[in-house]
Amino acid sequence: MKKLTLLLSSFLFILAACAPKGPATLTVMTHDSFAISEDVVTAFEQENNVDVVFLASGDAGTMLNKAILAKDAPLADVMFGVDNTFLSRALEADIFDAYQSPALSDVPAEFVLDSSYRALPVDYGDVCINYDKKYFEENNLAVPASFEDLAKPEYNGLLVVQNPATSSPGLAFMLATRAYFGDGFLDYWQSLKENGVVVVDGWETAYYTNFSASSGQGPQPMVVSYASSPAAEVFFASEPPADAPTASIIASGMCFRQIEFVGILKNGENRDLAEKFVDFMLGKQFQEDMPLNMFVYPVSQSAQLPEVFTQYAQVADQPADIAYADIAANRDAWIEAWNEVMK
Amino acid sequence: MNLSSALSTKTRSYLSANSRILLWILTLLFLLSFFFFPLFKILALTFNLDTLADFDNLLVVRDSLLFTFYQAALSTLLTFALGLPAAILFAKFDFPSKSLLRALTAVPFMLPTVVVAAAFNSLLGERGLLATTFNLQPSTFNFILILIAHTFYNTSIVIRIVGNAISRLDPKLEASARVLGADTFHVWKDVILPILRPSLLAAALLVFMFDFTSFGVILLLGGSQFATLEVEIYIRALQLPNLNLAALLSVIQLVFTLIFSILYSRTINQVSTQTAPRFSQARPPKTLTERIFVFALSSLLVTFFFLPLISLPIRSLTRLEADRGQRTEVQYGFTTDYYEELFINRRGSLFYVPPVQAALNSLGFAGITVILSLALGYPAAYALAKPTRLEKFLDPFLMLPLGASAVMMGLGFILSFGRLIASPFFIPIAHTLIALPFVIRTLQPALASIPERLRQAASTLGASPLRVWQTVDFPILSRATLSAATFAFTVSLGEFGATLLITRPEYPTIPIAISRFLSQPGGLNYGQAMAMATVLMLLTTLSILLIEKLRFNNAGEL
Repeated sequence: MKKLTLLLSSFLFILAACAPKGPATLTVMTHDSFAISEDVVTAFEQENNVDVVFLASGDAGTMLNKAILAKDAPLADVMFGVDNTFLSRALEADIFDAYQSPALSDVPAEFVLDSSYRALPVDYGDVCINYDKKYFEENNLAVPASFEDLAKPEYNGLLVVQNPATSSPGLAFMLATRAYFGDGFLDYWQSLKENGVVVVDGWETAYYTNFSASSGQGPQPMVVSYASSPAAEVFFASEPPADAPTASIIASGMCFRQIEFVGILKNGENRDLAEKFVDFMLGKQFQEDMPLNMFVYPVSQSAQLPEVFTQYAQVADQPADIAYADIAANRDAWIEAWNEVMK
Repeated sequence: MNLSSALSTKTRSYLSANSRILLWILTLLFLLSFFFFPLFKILALTFNLDTLADFDNLLVVRDSLLFTFYQAALSTLLTFALGLPAAILFAKFDFPSKSLLRALTAVPFMLPTVVVAAAFNSLLGERGLLATTFNLQPSTFNFILILIAHTFYNTSIVIRIVGNAISRLDPKLEASARVLGADTFHVWKDVILPILRPSLLAAALLVFMFDFTSFGVILLLGGSQFATLEVEIYIRALQLPNLNLAALLSVIQLVFTLIFSILYSRTINQVSTQTAPRFSQARPPKTLTERIFVFALSSLLVTFFFLPLISLPIRSLTRLEADRGQRTEVQYGFTTDYYEELFINRRGSLFYVPPVQAALNSLGFAGITVILSLALGYPAAYALAKPTRLEKFLDPFLMLPLGASAVMMGLGFILSFGRLIASPFFIPIAHTLIALPFVIRTLQPALASIPERLRQAASTLGASPLRVWQTVDFPILSRATLSAATFAFTVSLGEFGATLLITRPEYPTIPIAISRFLSQPGGLNYGQAMAMATVLMLLTTLSILLIEKLRFNNAGEL
């Protein structure tokens, strides 16, 4: 009986080894805002005989912390979604393996913040103040053209921002003020507070509960959001409007450019497939698929933008100028100081 | 006592002395593997007493602890202020649409916070009724919103647990007290309240624990000024250098959970009274006072629960996009566009959530959670109703899952289980972790109140232990079981354990769909979020009504 069992099991093992290999699995860790078209994924899967599994792991900060914790036994092969405010932390934690993708030749040098190619840029978006066009028209108000304008009495109580400790656009906006005013940014926030600025926890609340030009029809006509949000409002309107109901304030220094990166996680299992996936993310098909899915801009110069983007979304000419290493070094201190002022 | 029952008693006491622990060994193993082990792993990595040496950290600890206590205490008081009369209302009186109203009070519990905020916004927004009437300071206003939201969420706990006990009251006790000369005040003080005390304490503990660990409500409605321990842990854990402070705060939160739990156990064991099982006493109101009470309170409940909730379906059926002014004509009014859009995958997105599948997934996970938490909670509650020394010691630890920070537990899960946590099996496990303390605390007072004499009488009359259970225990417990099942169901539908996990697009649930819609601008997204929230509300209300329809042996409501 024992001999028979042994024989049978060895036979089965040999059979299993000779069987044609099923698709391998590539696991990609992303933040919750990640979106991609099904046929784009299927194309990659079929070309490489792989099953791609996406793990939505919270917001960018949470996702990064999970990856750092699981460093020795990573949860995925590739991680997408670390942005320039978190880049230093990701590089310091040394969770990525370097990979100089050939697709980088299409990417302008200004986006390749990591010269060691551990984190490669995939997309960017500008965090800017969106304003309600109708409100400003009806009240004969001029759209603010600078940070100092926002502290003027005619804009009292008209701006809603997010807490930088709990919100990524909130942090971006605060960093923009820091880049503009230097250490005096705390005084600026004091003046904003005196001018009735409303602070909420996150983008959803600010946009859908407080902003007047969204379906929530809130009280504030100005909100910190993305420069692509007006395009989204047009794209997701139940009846196509003649014009976008909102626009962004893209005056010099008032926007913060967020760049998102992808990296191959160390100690992962599928290095070759991971490299192919990174190439794929920098390739034309994915880059052109991104705008209407995540409402961000592709870094690749050969990618074409959809019409709703070229018409309604904006890119800041002069986004805030602040080094990512600076952000990493001082982020916590700046947030604490901000909290002290705004409490 | 005849021979057979004498033997069975002896067998039982033999069991209770030596192998009682086997009764709920599965529950213990479950908690050990999925709670204590991950908790230990994350704390071992991050907890460091040196964190206390930093004065700034101490300030954070002090401020968040004080605020957490303060708002939890006030919230609990407010919840009882509404919940107790409501419990009496549902337990003692029959009135039109009673089941529906009671089901409605449980619906807020499982709605995602952002949806509740939207529902409240029209009534209580900054330019809304409350603010303009009372002309409040923003910080006071936000604080009151927090209290109201907590009450909105937690009243159903009081209604179910305390209402359950009220309906078990023996009217003969009250009648005897009156015959002996007691007035209503003394009837309540000396007869009714002492009997109700175990359930009052159980409800108070659960409500306080929920308020103590409150996260979404504080974050969304508190502006940015307020932070409970849980919110601070969330913020600090996101800033990796302060993971030590997050760990310290978690430990403090756990220690307090344990203290409350121990206090509860001590008090409970002193006051359990045994009463004969009663069937439902509910009757239509007779006197004028009773009529006024029923009318006023049910109107208040309708205003408080129904009005905010009805705004969600209304918003999902109205074209809500902001006025485009002269630029475009927008048709206002009734539209089913958002519901239709739910079935369209406009961008061919991989992450598109088909509404039917999301609903089925949510219900499926909830069903598994109910079965799992009842299967694990029942033996534990049975053992803890008449605990041995060892069980008395272990009792307070069962509350810890409610008091552990979801953020830290999530990190602990990653350390302990790695890639496994992406598996769909973990979803009901995470939900069960939260539901289990509920189930145990709901069943325990009911189990403790079954008079031993009844069991013995049944045995004397020749009933086997199984038959004793069937004819004595079960009718009394069926009400408590229904409450426990409803809790577990609502905890799962509301995804209370969600932040512990990593989500896969193959297993979308309704709350996930809602948050995806709300993460991008656009009228279609908002409308679809409201539509999904309405679907969730309908599903919940229907399920609760269905669960309550399951009655055994005319066991009555609640």
